[in-house]
Amino acid sequence: MLKLPIYLDNNATTPMDPRVLEAMIPYFTEKFGNAASRNHPFGWEGEEAVDYAREQVAKLIGADPKEIIFTSGATEGDNLAIKGVYEMYASKGNHIITANTEHKAVLDTCKHIEKSGGEVTYLDVKPDGLIDLAELEAAIKPTTILIAIMYANNEVGVIEPVKEISAIAKKHGVLFFTDATQAVGKIPVDVNKDGIDIMAFSGHKMYGPKGVGALYVRRKNPRVKVTAQMDGGGHERGMRSGTLNVPGIVGFGKACELCMLDMEADTKRISTLRDKLENALLKLEEAYVNGSKEHRLPHVSNISFKYVEGEGLMMGFNKNIAVSSGSACTSASLEPSYVLKALGLGDDLAHSSLRFGLGRFTTEDQIDYTIEQVSKTVLKLREMSPLWEMYKEGIDLNTIEWAHH
Amino acid sequence: MAYSEKVIDHYQNPKNVGTLDKSKQNVGTGLVGAPECGDVMRLQIEVDDATGLIKDAKFKTFGCGSAIASSSLATEWLKGKTVDEALKIDNMDIVEELALPPVKIHCSVLAEDAIKAAINDYRVKNGMEALKLDEKVVH
Repeated sequence: MLKLPIYLDNNATTPMDPRVLEAMIPYFTEKFGNAASRNHPFGWEGEEAVDYAREQVAKLIGADPKEIIFTSGATEGDNLAIKGVYEMYASKGNHIITANTEHKAVLDTCKHIEKSGGEVTYLDVKPDGLIDLAELEAAIKPTTILIAIMYANNEVGVIEPVKEISAIAKKHGVLFFTDATQAVGKIPVDVNKDGIDIMAFSGHKMYGPKGVGALYVRRKNPRVKVTAQMDGGGHERGMRSGTLNVPGIVGFGKACELCMLDMEADTKRISTLRDKLENALLKLEEAYVNGSKEHRLPHVSNISFKYVEGEGLMMGFNKNIAVSSGSACTSASLEPSYVLKALGLGDDLAHSSLRFGLGRFTTEDQIDYTIEQVSKTVLKLREMSPLWEMYKEGIDLNTIEWAHH
Repeated sequence: MAYSEKVIDHYQNPKNVGTLDKSKQNVGTGLVGAPECGDVMRLQIEVDDATGLIKDAKFKTFGCGSAIASSSLATEWLKGKTVDEALKIDNMDIVEELALPPVKIHCSVLAEDAIKAAINDYRVKNGMEALKLDEKVVH
């Protein structure tokens, strides 16, 4: 029996795996010690748990445990990485290169850097969502200290050419930071093979708890340092003060271990379901996948259904199916997704997009139901759409003088 | 954001979806909004030559649930009114009836604009002057 509502918004957050919760529970009550309490068994127990989790996290990304800085999540990681490098390497330069499709946590941090006197280059992306490597290299100057390009995009799921980016960074002696929130735990990420110097990621995107994440900071070749953004007890090798969130960290560690164990099987199963969903929905006329299909996370599909508006579309089934839309109307700003616009989509197509984010707990039943409901609603709304009628009559919508309000 | 029951009802069972023959003398058509803005409404009225009453009204809307509901409600209200009475429909009446939240008020403005555009089309077709309409300032 199909249980409703169905959750297909796993890029926003993921449900916690019950095995993660089980690992966390003792650390709320009987094992409550402060991991920084060095002189009694309560503290030792906390420290031991954190050390173990640090190993679990490090292992998933091929790092040394000493290179893991626990944070409150990827937003903090993005801030710490970018502001921390900007301050630490001020004598070397003040120029940062990033891309227009980055998460707001990166873009707004870069805006902050600009306000405090730094210089930031925002690269455009190609229509498939990938950055142009030649443009990246051309943007490097003697003052460039950091390249900040995400591993995989949160809206369309495209995977950036991380190995190539890091090779360019290395060649020019520039540090490479990547926000890998959407990628870690979903696809193989290895900081050494990928040549990553700093990397932010988060627990709740990979079936772990919210409020905990990590910043990977390379310790050799080169040894990287970031200036702390919070003053305090000097935890996490002085880079991130604050009492460690022991239960959260334990859960995060467990989530990493499970992702490593399950990745191959999960990916195979989830990508099969994703492809089934996508292929069925693309059978509708005038439906298009946004972003590269080739370089893409296995669990994401972002589709524009031309001539229907995203929020209106979601309303047809959002009591029963949770997805998200690049439509303006889902936010207070009334501006459609800046990521889709950066891919060169017109506002009209951006308004018509839905993002399906599958996950570890997605079932075939759920996908079948989603195909049926979404298809039905698209057809119903097109019958109501003046744009669809015009399209069917062969009228070119670009020739109409719209009253822009 | 939760929708009001009335918005949901109009969305699920929209009234008067369709197309009238725009080449007819007594049919007025209003097309407002823009695809880039995420909402386009087409609203049509058919006026009874003998009585001067709006005997039929149809709409098609590209937009969110509130935009669909606003235009569906507008067509319901238009039927049976004279053209002059129809001009008095105010967007705030729609806001009130559908309990639209502030972020959705522009949907009701668009519906009012669509009504007026349809009436003007009808007026011009029938040798009357187009009415000058106060622009409502939205977003």
